[in-house]
Formats: sequence, C-alpha cells, structure tokens
Amino acid sequence: MQDSVNGAAFRHRHLLGIEGLSAAEIERFLDLADGYVELNRQAEKKRALLRGRTIINCFFENSTRTRTSFELAGKRLGGDVINMAVAVSSMVKGETLIDTAMTLNAMHPDVLVVRHPESGAVQLLSQKVDCAVINAGDGSHEHPTQALLDALTIRRRKGRLGGLVVAICGDVLHSRVARSNIALLNTMGARVRVVAPRTLLPAAVERLGVEVFHDMAAGLAAVDIVMMLRLQMERMHGSFVPSTREYFHFFGLDYGKLRAAKPDALIMHPGPMNRGVEIGSEVADDIDRSVIRQQVEMGVAVRMACLEMLTRDLGNGPQTWEGA
Amino acid sequence: MSRLLIRGARLLDPASRRDVPGDLLIEGERIAAVGGDLAVCAGGAEIIDAEGLCLAPGLVDMRVQLREPGAEHMESIESAGEAAAAGGVTTMVALPNTEPPVDDVSVVEFLARRAREVRLAKVHTYAAATKGLAGKQLTEMGLLAANGAVGFTDGVRAVADALVMRRVLSYARSFDLLVLQHPEEPSLAAAGEVNEGEIATRLGLAAIPPAAEIIMIERDLRLVELTGARYHAAHLSTGAAVEAIRQAKARGLPVTCDTAPAYFTLNETAIGDYRTFAKLSPPLRSEADRRAIVAGLADGTIDAIASDHAPWDQDSKRLPFSSAAYGIVGLETLLPLSLRLYHDGALGLLDVLARLSWHPARILRLPIGRLAPGSPADLVLFDPNEPWRIDPDAFRSKSKNAPFDDYPVRGRVVRTLVDGRTIFQRAG
Repeated sequence: MQDSVNGAAFRHRHLLGIEGLSAAEIERFLDLADGYVELNRQAEKKRALLRGRTIINCFFENSTRTRTSFELAGKRLGGDVINMAVAVSSMVKGETLIDTAMTLNAMHPDVLVVRHPESGAVQLLSQKVDCAVINAGDGSHEHPTQALLDALTIRRRKGRLGGLVVAICGDVLHSRVARSNIALLNTMGARVRVVAPRTLLPAAVERLGVEVFHDMAAGLAAVDIVMMLRLQMERMHGSFVPSTREYFHFFGLDYGKLRAAKPDALIMHPGPMNRGVEIGSEVADDIDRSVIRQQVEMGVAVRMACLEMLTRDLGNGPQTWEGA
Repeated sequence: MSRLLIRGARLLDPASRRDVPGDLLIEGERIAAVGGDLAVCAGGAEIIDAEGLCLAPGLVDMRVQLREPGAEHMESIESAGEAAAAGGVTTMVALPNTEPPVDDVSVVEFLARRAREVRLAKVHTYAAATKGLAGKQLTEMGLLAANGAVGFTDGVRAVADALVMRRVLSYARSFDLLVLQHPEEPSLAAAGEVNEGEIATRLGLAAIPPAAEIIMIERDLRLVELTGARYHAAHLSTGAAVEAIRQAKARGLPVTCDTAPAYFTLNETAIGDYRTFAKLSPPLRSEADRRAIVAGLADGTIDAIASDHAPWDQDSKRLPFSSAAYGIVGLETLLPLSLRLYHDGALGLLDVLARLSWHPARILRLPIGRLAPGSPADLVLFDPNEPWRIDPDAFRSKSKNAPFDDYPVRGRVVRTLVDGRTIFQRAG
C-alpha cells in the first residue's frame, strides 16, 4: 500500500517503542506531526480522519498530562475517545492484564493507548488484542511518543537532529523517557551523553551508545541540548540521592552549570518539573532557551501523527468478529 | 519374591566408576547381582532386554517444589511423581515452601504418608530452618530430623540475618544436620528480576547483581568456619560463587553445592522480549558465568545437578515480567539437559550421572544412588543418544512453565524403576 505524499505504509501494527524504528520511519512521524502543529494553532482544529474510530486510553498508572494529550489528539482527528483509569477499576478487583486486554478487545476499539507501571506490560497486552496499540509509557522501558515529541521540538528549533550533542541529565535508571530518547537520538545520528550520579545510572548504560558523565560541567560542555529528567519524590531522600539540596547543588540545572553548554543550547524537560530539585525556576522559565512548554504543544501534534499512522491502513472493510 | 533380569545393558555406576556391559538382577525391592552374564542365576525371572541402553541409578533430584500441601492445582505429589518417573527421577527432595510450610513434624508426616499412597518416585523433604520460613526463630530441627527431614533450609528464601544463620548452623552441627541455603543477599536482590547488565538496562527491568550471590556465599562460608556445620549452597549461577566454593573446599570446609540445568544451558539472553518462562531465581546470568558453571561441574567443585523444579500455573506466568513468578519446571528435562554436558564433551557420562544420583545421595546421606547388590532397585534405563525435542505440552507435570519449547536434546528415558517396580515405561 503506497501513499504518494508520505511514502510507504508504516510497517508496524503497534507503536511499542523507538527501538526497532528506522530513521526514515521516525522522519515520517515528525513530518506528519509538523503539519498538525499548524492545524492545532488554528481556531478550527477538528479533522474527520478518525471519524467512526474508537480510541481507548487505558492508563494503569496515573497521568494527567499524557492522557489529556492523547485525548485531545484523538478528538481533534474526529475519533471517539474513551478514558479508562484502570488503576482504580478492574486491577483492584484482581483482574489480570490479559483479562483486561481481552475485555477491551471485545469492544472493538481501533486504537488502545496504554500506560502501565511495569516494563514490557504494553507489549504483552498488544499480543492479545486485534487493534493497534500505542505505548504511552511502560515501567522503565519506553515512552516512544515522548521521544518523538522531543525530537520534533528539537528539529523545529535546530532544523536537524543529526550531529547535535544532547545531554540527558538525572534519573536515567528509572526513566523510560531516557531510554526512548537515547534510542531515537542515536538512530537519527545525534551524539548522546548521560549525566548523573552513579546511583541513578543503570549498569552498562554505555552499551546503549552514550557517553557517561558524573559531573554537570563536563557533561554539558558544548552541548546543543540539555534534557533534564524528573526525579521521583520517593527517590530523593536518601535512597538514591542524599537530599534534594545536595542533588540540586551538583545535578540541578541552573545558569551556573548551563554556562558550559553552547550559548544557544535548548533546555528541555518532560514534565512535570520539580522546581528546585532537578531544575531551577529561572532556567525553566527562560523564554529564549527553555522549550518545555513547546514540548507540551508538540506532544499533541505527535500523538495525532501516531494515531494517523496506525489507523491509516485499517480501511473501511468489515471488521472481523471474534471467532470468525 | 519377584525377580527381574535386565539383560545386556551398559551398566553405569558412578559410585564405583564402573562402566561395563552386562546384566542386573533384581530380587524383590533390591538389587541382587550386577555385571556379567546373569542368565544362569535368573531362573524364572522376568526379563527386560536392554540392548543398546544405559542402566544407571535412578536420579536423586535434591531440589523440587511439590506445591502440596497448599497449591495442588499447580502440582501435587502425584503429578510431580508422574513427572519424576518420566524423567528417570526415583527420589525427589522437596523444599519446605508449601502452605503450610514444612516447619512442623506433622507436615513431614503428611508428606511421607502421601508419598506412600502415591507410590511413584520416593519423596524426602527438607524442613524449614526457621519457623514459617520467616528467618527469625529456629524450627525443632532435632525432632524434624528424627521424623525424616533430610536437611534444613528456608527454601527459595535466604536465611538473611547473619546471627540467625550462625545459630541455625551451630544448632544443626549439634545434631550433625545438613543446612542448605538459597544464596542470595535479599537486600541486594530486592525486587530484582534479571541479571544486572546491558539486557536489564535495555528492557528497563530491575536488576540483581551477581554480587548478591557471592556475598551470601562468602558470608556463609565464614559462618561455616565458625560453626563447622555441613553446608550446601543451592543453584549456583555465577562464576565467582563457583570460585568461592572451590577455595572453601580446598580449605577443607564441609561444603557442597549444586546447580540447575538452566544455569549451564541458558544465559540471560533467553529473556528475549520479556519471556517470563526464563525468569528464574537466581536469574540467568552472562555467558561467562554459564561457562564457569560448566567448568565447576567438570572439575567437581559443583557436586550435584538438581532440577530446581518450580511449577507455576499460567496465571502466575502470563503476567508483566515483574509480576510473574520465578522458576521453571525441570523434573522431565533434568536428564536430557544434563546429558548435553556429556554430548558436548564437557563431562564424561559417569561424571554427569554422579552429579545426578550418587553425589546428591551422599550429600543427603541416603542409602541410594548405587548399582550395588543390596541397594534399593531404584533405576533408570535410558537411550543416551536418541535425539528429540522438548515439548512442554507433553509434560506430566500439571504446570508447563519451561523455556525449552522445541529445544533439541539427546538422551531419553526408556524405563524407571523404584524398589524394583516399574513406575514409568515409554510407550512404543
């Protein structure tokens, strides 16, 4: 199936991670999303592309931002979007993930958007359903739409991804955002660094294709992009780092540390931010260099692109019935 | 008294290191004669033709989770007995992690009674080292041993507290009892799922460093030095642990250890894309560790191979990786997977069999595991070369959790006898 405007059909049924996507596929997501950025800035934002399609946001872990972003993306494309907060419904009644998948599948959704606190859980669920599945974050594994929206943000500001030097700073150990971004940036030819105390880096992280730093001044030297990661509250007090005060002193982003980066380096954060822990307010709010709010804007566009890509080949033929 | 003559087998007795062609005569429940042509003294005996087959002591599997009492939908003494029989295992030693746990004489007696009723593979049990497997108070080790417990362990949990472990060892020494440890420092392994390294990092899974095993073993070895108790480290998975045991043996400490087939057959890459059937405790390790386990088996540092049979139903494994249960079933694959060591040239056939029968029997001080007149006729007859592919769906075990689907192996059980009774015979 060829599409004259956007090239070959997307060859994956699901979007489970960045790992396994080619540079060309990533570019297509970004190209498509670029168009949606413009649409989203108009007063009339509604398209009919997903008319008649059902999208279920299935969140086994609380998230307001990502869920809202997907919900808006689905609605702007004309789809019917249902939000299920599974964290507070079936799982507490003892239903297994696979039972939940089967139940949802029986309702014939076209796309399931799934977030789950366990690594690999979204992939497991995807094996049990007939529709497309988008991973909205699984454990410490992947968060592909976050990496795509980060890439779109960078590309729109810098005009490219290849050749840029990107420092990812903070809790890489627990971060799915970091893993997806490392995979994407490496595929696109950027140079990736990670900067963190050793307690927040996973073993053999250099094998992911990154340079490892434990010092912000060295890690940020001459970088084009500074990506800060969120430090979860429960990890701040003595378990992985001694205190928020010490963490901010050595690893929190402020103008002092930012001086090492290129003068036009961009500041990014996937949100929600812990001001005064991993990032100081003055840099977070620097209108020239912080693109944190643009990231949120790009998020909706990227998710529209993902929904379009995964539903494009569904056609309008009869849906298969269970057991048929 | 019934008489049974097994004719023309390759007789393999690891205890005497005998490997000769010949006959074996069984009278009643015991071996009456071994070797040579016994046709003359076998008047009226039933005859089994064993041309081209190996005859060896039945396997003594020193690490099996039975799930009875408490979780009989996953496994029972009967279904495990069937699985053992099909795998050439004539003696199973059960871990105490049942519900209720084996921390009381009544549970030891229950298991013995059930095993007598079922009459398949023989069943022995370890008792808990601490009450409720909670790692705090000692069990009635003397009474439990007097009622048949063959060793003391908290099963799939380490006795973590050093003082408690010292007292377990010290008390066990008073009665000359065996203490077995799940060697993993729990605070380092906490919530971990896979071996620490690139694969864990890529998959975003919580990791267990090899040091968790080594630290516990090295600590225990110091406590063994203090107390002089007989100590056995279960399921070694790391090269450093093998080295620690090697040095301890060289120093003359009363220390033994085992490993399970998964640790010399697979490495951490078997996890692939979150394959929960490859989730074990301890986790599958690096290829270098796998090789070190093979080397430890070859030089005798690792005394025994146990299946570490851990039956789980589908509901326990068809889950996201971090929620899935640890362990695989192994009774029916213990012999063929171990024979790979022989076919690959790493160990001689007698050496492999020693680690499956004679050595565990010796560690447990059970009067089995030999092809000798007067010994119980617990035997396995197998074709050492027959190629086949493992099919978990065909397992007799109630649970099918094994990462060896369609795995090619050589060597297959033809017949299993316990006390002279055939408890398994392959069809065809």
